[in-house]
Amino acid sequence: MNTPSDRALDRLRDVAQWPDLSGTRYELVGEVARGGMGVVYRARDRELERDVALKVIGAFAADEDTVARLRREARILARLEHPGIVPVHDVGVLPDGRVYYAMKLVSGKRLDELLAEGLPLRERLRLLLRVCEPVAFAHAHGVIHRDLKPENVMVGPFGEVLVMDWGVAKHVGEARGPLAASASAGAAPHATAHGTIVGTPAYMAPEQARGEVERVDARSDVYALGAILYFMLTGRAPGRGAASPDATTRTWAASRHAPAAAGIVAPRELDPDLPRPLEAICLEALALEPERRYPGAAELAADVSRFLEGERVLAFPESLLGRARRFASRHRTLLLVLLAYVVMRVVLLLVARV
Amino acid sequence: MAFPETHRSLVLAVRSADAAERERALETVVAAYWRPVYRHVRGRFRVSAEEAEDLAQGFFAAALEKGWLARYEPARGRFRSYLLACLQAFVANQRRDGRRLKRGGGLTHVPLETRDADGETRELQLADKSDLEADFQREWARGLFALAVRALRERCRGTSREVAFALFERYDLEGQDAAEPPRYADLAEEFGVPVTQVTNHLHWARRELRKAVLETLREITASEEEYRAEARALFGGEPR
Repeated sequence: MNTPSDRALDRLRDVAQWPDLSGTRYELVGEVARGGMGVVYRARDRELERDVALKVIGAFAADEDTVARLRREARILARLEHPGIVPVHDVGVLPDGRVYYAMKLVSGKRLDELLAEGLPLRERLRLLLRVCEPVAFAHAHGVIHRDLKPENVMVGPFGEVLVMDWGVAKHVGEARGPLAASASAGAAPHATAHGTIVGTPAYMAPEQARGEVERVDARSDVYALGAILYFMLTGRAPGRGAASPDATTRTWAASRHAPAAAGIVAPRELDPDLPRPLEAICLEALALEPERRYPGAAELAADVSRFLEGERVLAFPESLLGRARRFASRHRTLLLVLLAYVVMRVVLLLVARV
Repeated sequence: MAFPETHRSLVLAVRSADAAERERALETVVAAYWRPVYRHVRGRFRVSAEEAEDLAQGFFAAALEKGWLARYEPARGRFRSYLLACLQAFVANQRRDGRRLKRGGGLTHVPLETRDADGETRELQLADKSDLEADFQREWARGLFALAVRALRERCRGTSREVAFALFERYDLEGQDAAEPPRYADLAEEFGVPVTQVTNHLHWARRELRKAVLETLREITASEEEYRAEARALFGGEPR
C-alpha cells in the first residue's frame, strides 16, 4: 500500500493520537468524545477490572494554559462530590507526556439527544430540576460551571442526570451571587485570562459573552439553565440577537420584562400552548441583567417546582382564576369524580325530598 | 504530547550545498506535495487528469530548475501557502502561453492511483475555494501519512518488528477498506502469535507511527511555528 484510502487516512489520524498507556494500569478501548481541550477515551482499569473514562489532553494542545485547565477541572470535580457530578479517580501524566485524569465512565444519552426523542413537558421540567441540583451544589461550594448546555448533560439509563465538562468551570469562593464575583479575581490564575470568552455562544450569558470576567457569577449559570429550559420548551436555543423581530414575531418586548430579556423570541411565540408562568420563569432566567435573574440554580429550580406543584411562581403574577384553571387542568380526573359525587348527592337529596 | 526539541527541515534543506542532502530533501518534498498539487490543478483549473499530471510534473520540474523552492522564506508564511502561490502563477502562465509541458523534466514520476473511484468523483465536485483548500489539506495529510508509513516500514524491515508492521498494515491500513476489519483472534491465528501479542505489536506500531508522522512533519515544514500550526491542523486539538 502506497497511499492510504480515505478510511485508512482517518484511521491513521486517530491511532496516531491515541494516548500511550504503556506502563499504566489502563488499557485503551476506544474513543468516546472529542472536545476543545482534550479527547475522552474508554479504557479498561486492569487493577480494578472496570471500564473508566480517560480525559486526555489534545495531542498537540499541550500548552501551559490547557494543561492547567485540565488539572484544574480534575481538582474541581474531585472536590464536588455529588451524584450529579462525575467522580474523578485519578490524575497523572502519561508516558507520552500528556496530562490525563480518569473518571467514572458515564453511559446514557446526551440531554439534547434525549429531548429530540420527544418527552412530555412535565418530564422535561423534572429533568431540568435534576440538572439544577448539581449546579446548585457547585454554586454552594463557590464553583460556577460557565458552559452549561444540553450537550454537556448526560442522562443515564435509570434517569440519573450528570452535568459534564467542567473544563471552563471557575472557583469563585464560598460566597454566591455578587459576592462570588469579587472573590473570583486571582482565585484561579490560569483559569482564563481576564476578558477571555469561554463557553458556548447560544447558551452564554451576555456578560460572559462580552468577556466581563468580573461580572460572571452564579447568575451566569442561571442564564445558561434558562437557555436549556428555553431549548426544552421550544426545541431551539435562545440565541440572543439571532432572531429579527418582525410583524409575525412578538418578542418579549411587549411584556413586563421588556428591558430584561429583549431580543429573545418569547417561547409562547413559538408554541402558544406553553403555560405563561413557565414562559415567565424561562425569561426571568434569561434576563439581560444578572440582577434581574434568579440568584442561583436553587432558586430557579424552586420556581420550576412551584409550577409543577400548581403553585404560584415568583416570576409570574398569576391571577387566582389562572391558577384555578391550571389546577383544574392538572387534576381533571379528581375534579370530575368530585363533581360527579356532588351531583349524585344533590340528586339523592332531591329524590329524598320528593 | 511534547513537541520534539530540534527542527530539521527538508524544506530548507533544498538549498543545501550538500548534493545528497539536497536530493533527499527534494524527493521528500515532492513526494509529500505531488498529489495535493495534482488534485489542486484538476479542481481549480478544470483540466483533464492527463493535463493535470503534466502540469503537476511540469510545476515541480520548473520549481527545481528555477529554484523556487530554495527561495522560500519561512518568515513570510507557511510553505504550503507559498507552494500554492507558485503553482497558481505557474499554471496561469502555462495556460496563457498555450503551452503543454512534456512529462518528466528530470523528476521521478509519481503514478496516480486509480483504485479509488470515489476520489475521482470527488475531484469533479470541488465547487469552490474552500472545497479546494480542504481537499489540498486532506491530500497533504494523505501524503504525510504515506511518507510516515513508508518510514515505519523501512524501520521494521529486517528486524524482529517486521511482524508488528505487517499486523499494523493488515489491521489499521488494509483492514479499514474491508467490509469488516479483521478480528485480533483471526490475525493471531494468521501470524501464529498469541492475541495479546497482536495487541502489543499494534500498540508499538501506532506509537512508532506517531513518532514517524511528527518527524516527517518536521521535515516538510520550515519553522517551529509552522510545524506546530500544521500539527494542530492535522490532528485538531486547538485549545479553545
